[in-house]
Amino acid sequence: MRKIVLAATAAVLTAAASLGGAQAADKLKVGFIYLGPIGDLGWTYQHDLARLAMLKEFGDKVETTYLENVSEGPDSERSIEQLARAGNKLIFTTSFGYMEPTLKVAKKYPNVHFEHATGYKRDKNVSTYSGRFYEGRYIQGIIAGKMSKSGVLGYIGSFPIPEVISGINATILGAQTINPNIKVKIIWANTWFDPGKEADAAKALLDQGADVIMQHTDSPAPMQIASERGKLAFGQDSEMIKFGPKTQLTSIMDNWAPYYIQRVKAELDGTWKSEDTWDGLKEKIVVMAPYTNMPDDVKKLAMDAEAAIIAGTLKPFKCPVIGQDGKEVECKGGDHLADGQVLGMNFYVKGIDDKIPGK
Amino acid sequence: MGLLEAIILAVLAASTPLLIAATGELITERAGVLNLGVEGMMIMGAACGFGGALWSGSIFVGALCGILAGVALSLVFAVMTLGLAVNQVATGLALTILGIGTSGLIGAGFVGERIKPAPRLYIPGLTDIPFIGRILFGEDGFVYLSLLLVIAVWLFLYRTRAGLILRAAGDNHASAHALGYPVLRIRLYAVMFGGACAGLAGAYLPLAYTPFFIPGMTAGRGWIALALVVFASWRPGRLVIGAYLFGAVTILQLHAQGWGVGVPSQLMSALPYLATVIVLVLISRARTGGSTAPAALGTVFVPDR
Amino acid sequence: MQLVLEKRAERSTTIALVSPLIAIGLTIVTMSILFLVLGKNPVTALGVYFITPLTDSYSLQEIAVKAAPLVMIAIGLSMCYLANVWNIGAEGQFLVGAVAGSWLAVKTQGTDAGVWVLPAMLLMGAIAGALYALIPAICKVRFGASEILVSLMLVYVAELFLDYLVRGPWRDPAGFNFPTTAEFDPVATVPLIIEGGRLHLGVLITLVVVAAAAILLGRTIKGFEIRVVGAAPRAARFGGFKSNRLILLTFAISGALAGLAGIIEVAGPIGHLQPGISPGYGFTAIIVAFLGRLNPVGILIAGLFLALTFIGGEQAQIAMKIPLDMTKVFQGILLFYVLACDSLILYRIKLIMPQRKAADGTA
Repeated sequence: MRKIVLAATAAVLTAAASLGGAQAADKLKVGFIYLGPIGDLGWTYQHDLARLAMLKEFGDKVETTYLENVSEGPDSERSIEQLARAGNKLIFTTSFGYMEPTLKVAKKYPNVHFEHATGYKRDKNVSTYSGRFYEGRYIQGIIAGKMSKSGVLGYIGSFPIPEVISGINATILGAQTINPNIKVKIIWANTWFDPGKEADAAKALLDQGADVIMQHTDSPAPMQIASERGKLAFGQDSEMIKFGPKTQLTSIMDNWAPYYIQRVKAELDGTWKSEDTWDGLKEKIVVMAPYTNMPDDVKKLAMDAEAAIIAGTLKPFKCPVIGQDGKEVECKGGDHLADGQVLGMNFYVKGIDDKIPGK
Repeated sequence: MGLLEAIILAVLAASTPLLIAATGELITERAGVLNLGVEGMMIMGAACGFGGALWSGSIFVGALCGILAGVALSLVFAVMTLGLAVNQVATGLALTILGIGTSGLIGAGFVGERIKPAPRLYIPGLTDIPFIGRILFGEDGFVYLSLLLVIAVWLFLYRTRAGLILRAAGDNHASAHALGYPVLRIRLYAVMFGGACAGLAGAYLPLAYTPFFIPGMTAGRGWIALALVVFASWRPGRLVIGAYLFGAVTILQLHAQGWGVGVPSQLMSALPYLATVIVLVLISRARTGGSTAPAALGTVFVPDR
Repeated sequence: MQLVLEKRAERSTTIALVSPLIAIGLTIVTMSILFLVLGKNPVTALGVYFITPLTDSYSLQEIAVKAAPLVMIAIGLSMCYLANVWNIGAEGQFLVGAVAGSWLAVKTQGTDAGVWVLPAMLLMGAIAGALYALIPAICKVRFGASEILVSLMLVYVAELFLDYLVRGPWRDPAGFNFPTTAEFDPVATVPLIIEGGRLHLGVLITLVVVAAAAILLGRTIKGFEIRVVGAAPRAARFGGFKSNRLILLTFAISGALAGLAGIIEVAGPIGHLQPGISPGYGFTAIIVAFLGRLNPVGILIAGLFLALTFIGGEQAQIAMKIPLDMTKVFQGILLFYVLACDSLILYRIKLIMPQRKAADGTA
């Protein structure tokens, strides 16, 4: 009997101590919802790197939880809600398809703050954030214009959404500053991530005469194919150079760390507000991988362009922008297209022969 | 390299996993067993194949691991359906789900790794012949193996006694049993062969097609292989045609986009499946000799004592 | 010496009762071993998977919400499977039903339509699903084509069709070109039963379907016909049951239920049409049908159990960092054990000792 009482007391004391301990160091719980696996080397991988950087920055004050492979259907709402119920006060939902589920859960948990990537609907406790990837595409266009011998670029698109369309347009506009007659062949993979299909698309583009491959899909497969064929390519989301040491010219890297650190700090300080953030090269959300496999003069062109975009003197969508139909696009941003026009872009610029699917 | 040559090369590569997996399933079905677990066995073959190659540095070892993974899963299927007379449809589906889940667990650690892809044949002089040189003499080992496999299976089915017995087991297991043939054992070997092929086909993807492993990289090819067997009326020769046809539609759909053909890409992607349905209907109507399924396909067989 | 299977003279009722328990027991043991291999505490893990989701109202509601489409589809599938025809295309019928119902929602968007919209959507979903399922049924009945493969191929076609619609003609014009329709109007949305959770009317509809199926299969001539056609086709022919008609009927019912589940899911928990509306419900429902032994009440229990594992699996990912793939492994293993144990209802395993041959060679 004595033993039981002793054991019970010990248990209660331990529990009390751990409770007390927990209250003393009340960590901020931050949650992440990922579309794919963290090892995908692409989109999700970069988000997770940022999460780790944020953890490193704040050390003991923060603890994180993440859910991978959360499909964008009804399951995502439950996953987001489960993170909220588990005590996470700041939740990052890292894909467009989580938009409605995030908003629904946000309504139920007004004291939890949500950050939705690449979306466009906000609420009092829902922010949106994305990167001005088109800035990087413009630079890639310049490089491609210089490096392509055949004058034909190969573009592997994922889905014909504005983010991808504006990327294609920015690429062509950049390339046209070097070679006004540059051509591009576009293949829609209808997926963000399918190495087999992306490899097939890369092969088809190369077979049809393209000699520089760009992609808006997430796997290293196109880089791998380009490397096999001795052609050139641009990586996507993260460094893909190990798949093409002599192939990668540069890569547009998503660098969410500064943003995540900034938002967690705001949460810790109690100054978090719902915002819409669309940052690019200047704020280092978009980072270019080192410029490789190109002659020095091209490298200089690229670096100058990058500096100019950061300084604000070079605008990828500076007016006049001529549409595919030959008519000038209305210029709502003064001397460049307004953000809203880029966010909703559903037209090709002059110089692209294809039609946007589904129009 | 001309465009036609390039397209043919791409089609060959895309069709190879379909051909290998379908050949294995063809033997299985000819013996009277319907194994719907091809997708699960393929993805396990991919995961284990990649793991094997990563660990050993050898494509051959990787392929072997893929084959063994397929055989292991097929044994589970055999124990259930042949040993315990369980419904084949349900077991096959369970196998698929188990295979997908297990490969995800195994493969989680592989994401981000890469290996050297399978080497391609190069015979100086022969491989350099314009147009046919690379197609005939410049492929990797899996492509040649796939064709050898089909030929071997054809010879087995139609030119050996064992093949005849296998076909008998698939058409009428009661009679075969009455004649003294070990129906269950024949089916066991057929199922294992099917598993080996599915595992090899799955291993082809990370070992030769795209040299890294991604969970779910088979992307439904196992189901297409199942359809191919029916599309080919359970005949090896037609299987080759069917596999290359499927591969061709997949590749040409992408090329068509590159040429600016305005047909919705979803319609083009749907063509192989629609074509299969049409062919299924047509061949079932024809009912000429040899075009029908093995009569005992999918039925349970428990020998009387 | 060998193990052989011998058919029992009649079904063993003890095994029939006990086999699901044995199967679950074996599954738990296997899973525990797997957890240990992964370096996780099996007891905690099993607790998170099976006990924790039952402990609060939110999780219980989620289990019901997840189980509803599974059960509804599985009931339909069980009709086919009892008649020995294999509808593998429920996933496609689910999508087609969702699309058909959504058409009405998109058409009446923004107009001041009345409360008739939702029932009409559900009806259209069911009819569309039934028609889509009749394609493989007719191919089987008229042409003898394998319904397994035809229904399976049509799944891919349905997926691509849905993809085409939401990326093209039905795309939300205010949606920045993203592939989704606009949110459905309130009249086109399945209402909630309890505020605060996600428990919706579809769950009640599912329960009604379960009851209806139980009555149909257990108490009506049609139900009897279905079961006989599957179990003893020749006897059925002698009894004058038209098996072709029954094949068409069971496929139609199955397709209708799958289509209904599809539109309920879209008009309820999701609220709009988008490419990824089904995480494989049509295929998971096949497991549910078998786990439930093709019996309506059994399917209800099996559906709830499987939903429990889904929810538990997600919580295990949060609480213990166990990968989601574990849920699939668990479901596959459970199905294997259930099927294996069930075979013992019809058969027994005997150990045959080698018999010494007599001098003249006879055994």
